Order: sequence, then structure tokens, then C-alpha cells
Amino acid sequence: MKPAPFDYYAPRDLGEALDVLAEAGEHGKVLAGGQSLIPLLNMRLAAPERLVDINRIASLEPFEVTPDGVRIGALARHSQVERSEGIAAVQPLLRQALRLVAHPVIRNRGTVVGSLVHADPAAELPAVLALLGGSVRLARAGGVRDVPAGEFFTGPLESALEPGELAVSAHFPRLPERTGSSFVEVARRHGDYALAGVAAVVTVDDDLRVSEARVVCVGVGPVPLTADVSGWCERRPASTVDWAAVARAVQDRTEPEADIHATAEYRRHLVGVLAVRALTEAARHAL
Amino acid sequence: MRYDITLVVNGIVRRVGVPARRLLSDCLRHDLGLTGTHVGCEHGVCGCCTVLLDGEPVRSCLTFAVTVDGRQITTVEGLAGPEGMSPVQRAFAECHGLQCGFCTPGFLCTATALLRQNPTPTDEEVLEGISGNLCRCTGYQNIVKSVHRAAELMAEEEGR
Amino acid sequence: MTTRLFGERVQRKEDPRLLTGQGRFLDDLGPDALAVAFVRSPHAHARILDIDVSAALDVEGLVAVYTWEDLPGLVAEPLPLLIPHPALTHGRTAYPLAREVVRHVGEPVVMVVAEDRYLAEDACALIRVDYELLKPVVGIEEAVHSAALVHEDVPGNVGARLVQEVPSRSGQSAREVIESAPHTLAFRLDIERSASSPLEGRGVHARWDGTDLRVHSSTQTSTSVRMAIAAKLGLPLPHVEVIAPDVGGGFGVKIVHPWPEEILVPWAAMLLDRELKWTEDRREHFISSAHERGQVQFVRVGFDDDGHVLGLEVTILHDHGAYTPYGIIVPIITSTQLLGPYKIGSYRVEFSSIYTNTVQVTPYRGAGRPQGVFCMERTMDKIAAHLGKDRTEVRAANFIQPSEFPYDQGMIFQDGRPLIYDSGDYPAMLAKLKELIGWDSFVPRKGLGIGIGCYVEGTGVGPYEGGHVQVTSDGRVHVSTGLTSQGQGHETVFAQIAATELGVPIERISVVTGDTRRFGYAVGTFASRAAVVSGNAIALACRKVREKALRIAAEALEADPADLEISDGLVHVAGAPGASIPLSTVAVLSNPLRYSFDAETARAGQFAGGASFDRPPVAEGEEPGLEGRDYYSPLRSTFAAGMHAAIVETDPDTAEIRILRYAVVHDCGRLINPMIVEGQIHGGVAQGVGGALYERMAYDSHGQLLNASFMDFLMPYATEIPRIETDHLETPSPLNPLGIKGAGEAGVIPVAAVIAGAVEDAEGLPIDRMPISPSELFHLRSGG
Repeated sequence: MKPAPFDYYAPRDLGEALDVLAEAGEHGKVLAGGQSLIPLLNMRLAAPERLVDINRIASLEPFEVTPDGVRIGALARHSQVERSEGIAAVQPLLRQALRLVAHPVIRNRGTVVGSLVHADPAAELPAVLALLGGSVRLARAGGVRDVPAGEFFTGPLESALEPGELAVSAHFPRLPERTGSSFVEVARRHGDYALAGVAAVVTVDDDLRVSEARVVCVGVGPVPLTADVSGWCERRPASTVDWAAVARAVQDRTEPEADIHATAEYRRHLVGVLAVRALTEAARHAL
Repeated sequence: MRYDITLVVNGIVRRVGVPARRLLSDCLRHDLGLTGTHVGCEHGVCGCCTVLLDGEPVRSCLTFAVTVDGRQITTVEGLAGPEGMSPVQRAFAECHGLQCGFCTPGFLCTATALLRQNPTPTDEEVLEGISGNLCRCTGYQNIVKSVHRAAELMAEEEGR
Repeated sequence: MTTRLFGERVQRKEDPRLLTGQGRFLDDLGPDALAVAFVRSPHAHARILDIDVSAALDVEGLVAVYTWEDLPGLVAEPLPLLIPHPALTHGRTAYPLAREVVRHVGEPVVMVVAEDRYLAEDACALIRVDYELLKPVVGIEEAVHSAALVHEDVPGNVGARLVQEVPSRSGQSAREVIESAPHTLAFRLDIERSASSPLEGRGVHARWDGTDLRVHSSTQTSTSVRMAIAAKLGLPLPHVEVIAPDVGGGFGVKIVHPWPEEILVPWAAMLLDRELKWTEDRREHFISSAHERGQVQFVRVGFDDDGHVLGLEVTILHDHGAYTPYGIIVPIITSTQLLGPYKIGSYRVEFSSIYTNTVQVTPYRGAGRPQGVFCMERTMDKIAAHLGKDRTEVRAANFIQPSEFPYDQGMIFQDGRPLIYDSGDYPAMLAKLKELIGWDSFVPRKGLGIGIGCYVEGTGVGPYEGGHVQVTSDGRVHVSTGLTSQGQGHETVFAQIAATELGVPIERISVVTGDTRRFGYAVGTFASRAAVVSGNAIALACRKVREKALRIAAEALEADPADLEISDGLVHVAGAPGASIPLSTVAVLSNPLRYSFDAETARAGQFAGGASFDRPPVAEGEEPGLEGRDYYSPLRSTFAAGMHAAIVETDPDTAEIRILRYAVVHDCGRLINPMIVEGQIHGGVAQGVGGALYERMAYDSHGQLLNASFMDFLMPYATEIPRIETDHLETPSPLNPLGIKGAGEAGVIPVAAVIAGAVEDAEGLPIDRMPISPSELFHLRSGG
């Protein structure tokens, strides 16, 4: 299990990186944290001709709290974001999700933006981006575009990132006032990809009635599956919302598949259970 | 194509020429002769190859040596001090935290970093801290015990 | 410094090197060796039409490429069938490199040698093999009913069929007894495949110097690998050495030998006259080593109102994978050890060993026992449920009583010798376990259950092991034995035995295992046998040394040997501490010298005086040197036993299963080092938990292993394993001088049965298949 040979580029700045990627086109692959890519290379399930290692581009490292949320650079490691109190204060869902991503040692190296680009439908961070309506900033030689989450994830392990582009950062909007969040999942082993998972954000109004509720499901469709369930909450106080009915509505929208670890039916069942748990916990945090 | 890189391994500057695809684990083991770092799966799951990169535990099998050119690396060979084994190493011996010893270097590096960050971890924090390392021999119970014991030893030494 | 170390929690001698990165595992050797990699079959069943290596020849650093056609003489023959048995009428083994047909994904087809492993894999990727696909046979029952055959000349895919029957005292067959029993039950049980999965895979390193071949292998049996290599390569045995270096876990898979690589790597090293190394990677380990456990069992049992088992009939379909290099040891163990601590009125067991197009099946820790215990313990639980009795009561009703030892189960065990239990106290053990887990005070409720499992494990099987003990003139003691170590702490426990026998501080004792240069005769490490067989051999060798030391010291001290004792490395007259002589001096005196090189050896010089002129310097019947060699060959196996209990909680919504408590009472006779025994139990239980809740080999209908990685083969992490509470009972074995029984496999054996019982108790649903996942429990709850 050793990688096939590749041409290696280690640009020192963004411009150089974009030039290399433009030149490489579809033969190029970006290496950031490598925690998803290098296993594929070692097993020779992927064998890109050119590997563009962005780890020396200092401008991609920062992650910061912005007036409207959190901007995370392409080299910010999971563990750095997880530890940031500033980020936890404006967007607690990130920490809630990051604690479910693999294991601490993997999080020391893996990057948030890398997880988004990898676009695994069972992964937590794409779901968070989708739920919050965040975006990914894609740069190419001579241009930058922000792609909203809803358009970014296009299929299992597929994203809107085009050959020649580099995901330079991602933006996660902050949680509104009186809003709580939660991320719950069931995995076979602690740290494994979830069999199914649900994240929720719930906002309550001045009378503590649920004004907005949204969920996202992982592991039960080709992309993170979001649902606005505000209408089902009927602007009731959180304690009287029929969360089970809300969860059923969510469940009905999932398209889970079976694999060696779980049947489709079980996964759909889990979504119902987890949606109740995530929504009630998020509602509790909103109060 | 070979890349001349410099790694500071266990405090010693090492220069080595490697192909770009050389995994850090192979570079340490086969280019630098530091065979204490073990390779158990080469897909990042088992944790045997865990080393400290600038003090933080990472998988050396999921890292290319060229990527970490210029960085500080600590391997199991670098954990002992001039006065002998580190508290973590001694605790593993005392608590029978190892059997075949193959996964041990990864656990030692992981636990060393864990205790630096959190000198008095709870049971749950220890479990979370070592949760990315597989051991097929011990059933983990004595490893958890070892980490707690290492925390005690470190506190004792700190107090001296 | 006490030298009475037997039974103490002595810290391990192995640890300092393993904790500082100074261990020497297979891949740590031969930094300049050429690397070997293999092209392996991507198909479960196919005919090889053509192998085109031409594209690989351009790979820089390529040294050689071999296919079956390149193999000479015996190397080209099928690998040996290690343990033939009359019932194994259709034993089949693989060729080192596939010849014409491949029979499982992962079978080696082409061997590549290159400057390093990266380049070797580059070459492998460029080799084209054309296959004609044949119909794969996957799944035990599918194999039985399939028209397709794994081996063309093995009808019905049945490699072996063996029936053993133990009639009732009145001579009735189990079938007759069951027919007339007051109560009968019939059911089916399924156990899926798992695998040893040591964290270090296999590996072979070979060096040929024109005369001598030195091979290192990550093996559980270096002596037998040596004989196999010598035979296959036509080398005189004295010119082949095989060494097991530090081995990163074995758990059974490394007892198989010779692996194809163990023949091919030395062969190519000789041919190329270069140092060669093959280090197995994780994917290779999954698809080309060995698995175990897969069985389907059909059970019929007849019992009375008290739950006494009057008759038991078990029919087993055993999945043997594509080949049978290790014979039918696993199903023999299942069918004999199934009986556990019980007196069964009459018993009939029949197994069929079935070929499938999957990785071969050879022993994995427990070696067939987990399946047998699953069968018997599920049976006990079902009897209890049927009669409305407490599960422990039914077990107790069937126990062999302490007064009944030795107890003859009337069968032939895996070592070809009678299945006679040597000693034990099962009622006392059950009492201890019930106390430890709080059986009688446990209050079950929906979602909370308790389970129990009992087992007897035949350990310490023969035929023999040996030990060599040498005291050198510096007072150090060098112990060697031929069997190998994979983490069991042999260096420590054998040193404890030697320290106790010889009265020498353990710091002065060193132990070497698995090195044919040091000890050439051995069987290997498996079947929880090392402490029993090598431990006793070393004790006997120590006793020889001790006797000789006392004889020589008595002469020097002008005392009667019977008045002498040894402690702290000094031979002294009991009760007169002043009159003593160090063992180092005794060692010097034992070896009369012409040449001296230091003050110690000068004492043994020919002009040192004190020698008798009436007899030669080395008396008749004596040998120079203070050393001894002895062997221990057990009459038959010793029988360790244990009982486990667990409390589990099941999530009413997600169907997740959590083990809240896990308790073990274990009897392996006299404990040499309780710390190490407990470590063995912890590790075994963890593997058992893996087998009960997480691990399975998921083959699809094409024979592709879908989870050949640690991502999807779910070996438990620390977060999945409960704390294990242990207690010991010590009923010494009367069969060996040290009174010990084996402990290595114990922990794993009953776990699946225990967890199944606990989940059944929590859920009120029959649990008849293992492992069980949350998804499966969810479907059981919803009725299918």
C-alpha cells in the first residue's frame, strides 16, 4: 500500500498555486490535510498525475470570526477550529460537529475546507455548511467565486469545484439570536463515519415559541439532506411541539442505502430517532 | 525526482533525499533508521505510526515527508530523557499497558501529547484521547490505567 | 531481592526495549534488502489464461518477476497439508503462486522483486493477468447446495466429514435419548467470520551467504518453518536458521506455515543472491492470510425437568475457505470443546468442512471454541427459558463435580489423545462469578439484561517443548526455548520460573524464544500451551542445573548436597549463611579449563589445585559447563476453565448495545504472573467483544471481501471495550510439575455467548446469530 508516483508541487503563495492548478487542469489534485486523500493514494484508489501541496501557503491558514459568521481558511485544521472559543461563541454547531469527526489525532491534521471538498455524504462538516447556508470560496487563476452550500455538494464525493480551482476558504454564518444547535449521530464505533446523523438549529421568538427549525441529515442520501421544518412546529413553545411528527416528516425525505453496516430501513429509522434528539436539544439550547 | 528535505527529529537535524511520494512513516523508518515508529494499516485507522509533529500527534502514514520539510518531529525514540524513560513510558511498564508492543509507540506519542495538553484527564478524556489507536492485545484497560498513572508520575515530578 | 518469583506481579523484561522504540520487528530488519510485492488475484474463482509482465519490465529498480512457471522442483508443488486426518478425505492446499486456477481474492499470482516496496508495487500495477471467470462459491449453505465446485475434484465442496458419538451410560445413542426425552428443543445457530488481525502483519526476511540461509519470519513457529524451508529448498537442516524476531501479535494466524512467502522469499534470495524482504500490508493481510469462526450449527437437545441434558446432537457446517493447510483442527475443537464443564448424557456431533471461494480458515485465538461454547451456552439458556428456571441453575445441574476428576468425556481431542479433564471446580467458580457480577441481586428490565457463559479450554497440548538453561561464569543465566513469543511476556514468566527454580535474581536471567540457533526442537506457540509446555520444560531443565550446581558446590563446600540451598545466586548450607559459594564460581568449577582469561576462570585452571587425581577432570557421565536441557511432553492436555458474565443495555430507540459490566472468573491452575494472566484475559475479552458486536468478514456473492480495511472491519477501539472485572480460582493441574494450565485464549472464548445471552435477556428476543449489530437488533425487534 504505497502511493503511485506523482509530480509534486509545493507553491509558496496562492498565485503560484492557482497557476499550477490551471496548468494541471483535471490531472491536478490538491493536498491539504491529506487525511482522506492519502489513504486513497496509499491504496492506489486514486493516482493523480500532479499533486499540489498547499501546506506552505501561509495566507490559507487563518480562521476568523467575521461580523456575520466564521471564515475558515483552507489550512485551518479541525482541531484548531474545534478549540477556538471565539468560533464556538458565534457558531457552536462547528464544535459540536467537529467532536464527531474521526479521532483527535486525525483532527490535528485534517482541514475543515478539505472535508467540505471531499464531500462525503456521511461526513459532518458538509452537513453543517448545508444546514447553516454557508458557502465555499473557490479561487482560480484570475477569479474567485463563492458557491453556496446548496450548490456546492453535487453528489457523493462530488462538488462544484472545477479543475483548476482551489477552495481557499469556507464561510459559516453565525447562529442568530435565541437559536440553539445540536449534532447527534450513530456510528458503529466512536469516530467512525455515521450510519446516520442529524444536525438541527432551532430559533425561538420573544415568547419562546419556535419560529424557525431546520435539520440536516448525513449518511442517508447522496448529499447532505436539509429540511426546513419550521412549518411543522406551528410556532408552538418548544416543549409542546410534536417533535416526533416533525421527525417523521424529515424521515420521509431521506433516501438511505444499505451497506455492510446497516440496512436502508434502519438508517431511515435512525433519522427519525436522531431528528427528535437533535431538535429537542437544539430547542433547549435556544432558550 | 528526489527532494532534499530537512527534518528535526528528536532534536537532531536530519537531511534526507526522498521522492515526493515517500510517506513520513517510511522516511523515518527506512531513510532515517528510526524503526520505533510502526506501520499497521497505512490508511490512518490503527494509529501505530503516530508521531508528534511540532508537538501534536499526527499519523505519519498519512503525511508525506516532503510536506513537513523543516518541521520538528518526535518519535518514540525521542520520548525518553537523559535520565531514562519518560513518565508515560514508565507508567506503561508499571501498569502492563503493552503486550506485543507493536501499537505501543503510537499510544506513547498520543498519550504524551494528551497529558501535555491536559495533565489531569478524566477517564472519559483519556478514552477520547486514545480513541484513534487500535490495540489488539491489551483490551485497553491497562492502557487507560497507564495514562492515569503517567499523569500521577508527572504530577509527582512536577511537585519535586 | 527475593528469588521466589513464581506467582508474583513481576514487571516485564520485554518492556524497556518495546517502550523506547528498540524492539526489532520483521520490517525493522534488513534496511538494505530488496522488497517483494505480489500481484494477487482480484477474482474469487478464475482460470488464469495469460500473464503479461512486459509492461513492468521498464519499471526502474525492478529486479525480478516470477510466476508459477518459474518455480523449480518442490517449490512448485502445493504447500504442505500440515495436519492430515483420516476424516479429511479431500484436503487441498494452494500452490505458492497460483497454478492455472485462483480460488480466492488475494491468492498470489505473480511475485515481484524491486529496489523498494514503492517500485515493486509500481511493477505489480503494470502486470496484466487475463482470467476466465469461474462461478464463485460463497457462503456455507450455498456451497453445500451449489453445483459449482471450489475444487473440481471435491464433490459437494465437502473436504471432511467427521462424526463422534458418546452414547449414554445405558448404551443409547444421542438420537434415541433425545427421542424419548421429557423435553426437546431444536434450533439453528450462526456465527460469522472474523480474523486474528494482529497489528503487525506477516513478513519474511531472508539472507543467503552461499552456504547458509538465515530467515526471519513473523511466525508463531520458527522451528517448523525452518524444517519446511529446508525440505522445500532441498537444504540440509543445519544450514538453515529461522528466527522469529519481536512479533507484533499472532492470535493464531501466524501458526500457519509455511506461508507461500516463507518459501518464495528465501528461494528468490538464494536465486538472486540478494537479501530480500516481504512485509505484508494490511490489505494483503485481509485477503491472503486466514480467517476463522464461520459456522452454521443445527442443534437438537433432550432434557429432563431439572434441566439435565440427556442427549445432545449437533450438526455443524464449517466454512473452511479455499484450502485446508491446517487440517480440520478448528472444527474438531468446536465439536469436542462444545461440551464445556458439563456432563452430557449422550452426545453426537457431526461436522462437515466446506470449501468456499474465500480466504482459508485456520485457528484464530479460541480456535473453534467460541463457536462450540456459543452452541452449548445458547442451549443452556434455551433450556432454562423453556423450563422457567434460572440460567445458572440449569448450568449447575449439569456441572461435572470436583470429585469426578479426572473426567473422561469419551472423545478424542485435537491432539489425537483422549478428552480427559484433569481438574477443576466448576461449582465454586460459578459461585464466585455470581458474587462478582451480583447475579442474584440483578433486577432485569426492558433494555437491561444479564448473560453468562461457561467454558472449558484444553490447553497445553503436546507433543512437547524443551528448555535449555546455562549458567555462565559471570553468574548470568541464559534460558532458551524453541517456541515463539507474540506479546505474551514469555521472557518474563520463563525468567520467573527459572529464578524460582534456581534461586537467582531475575535481573540476571535472560530468555530467548523462537530462535533455532539457540534451540532447535519445538512445536510452536498456539493452544494456550507456552507456559504449560515450555514453562515445565524450563523448570525441569533448571532442576537439572540445580542438581548439578549443588553437587559441585557440595564438593567445594565439603557439605552434603541435601543440606544446600540456593538463594540470590549463592549456594549455601541451609542455616549456615557463612558457608557459601556463588553460582558463578560453580559455573567456573563445572568447566575445567586449560586456559584462563580472568581471575574467575583461573580458579578452574589445571594447576589451581583441589582436583582429584583418581578421576578425569570431567567425570564419567558428566559434561563440562553448568547447563541443562530437558523436555516436557504432556500425557495429554490440561483443562483450564472460566465463566464470564455481562450486563448490557440496549437503546430502545437506536438499538445500540452497550456493555455496562463485564466479569470474568478464570482458572488456569497456578498463576505464574497474575498481571500477565489478567492482561491476557483483558485482551481476549476485547477480541470477544469484537466478535460479538463489531467484527465480521463481509463477502459479497462474487467473493469480494467488502471490508478489507480497518475502516470497515470494525476492530474495537478503547471506546468500545468495557472495564473487565476479574477474579481467579486456582485448581492446580495434576499433570505437570508446576501445576499450571494455559491462559492465552481464555478471554475470547465465551464472549459471544455471554453477550447473546445478555441481549436476549434485555430484549426478550432469541439471539441466535453472532455478531449482532444495532441494525440487526432493530430488525429483530420489528420481527424479521
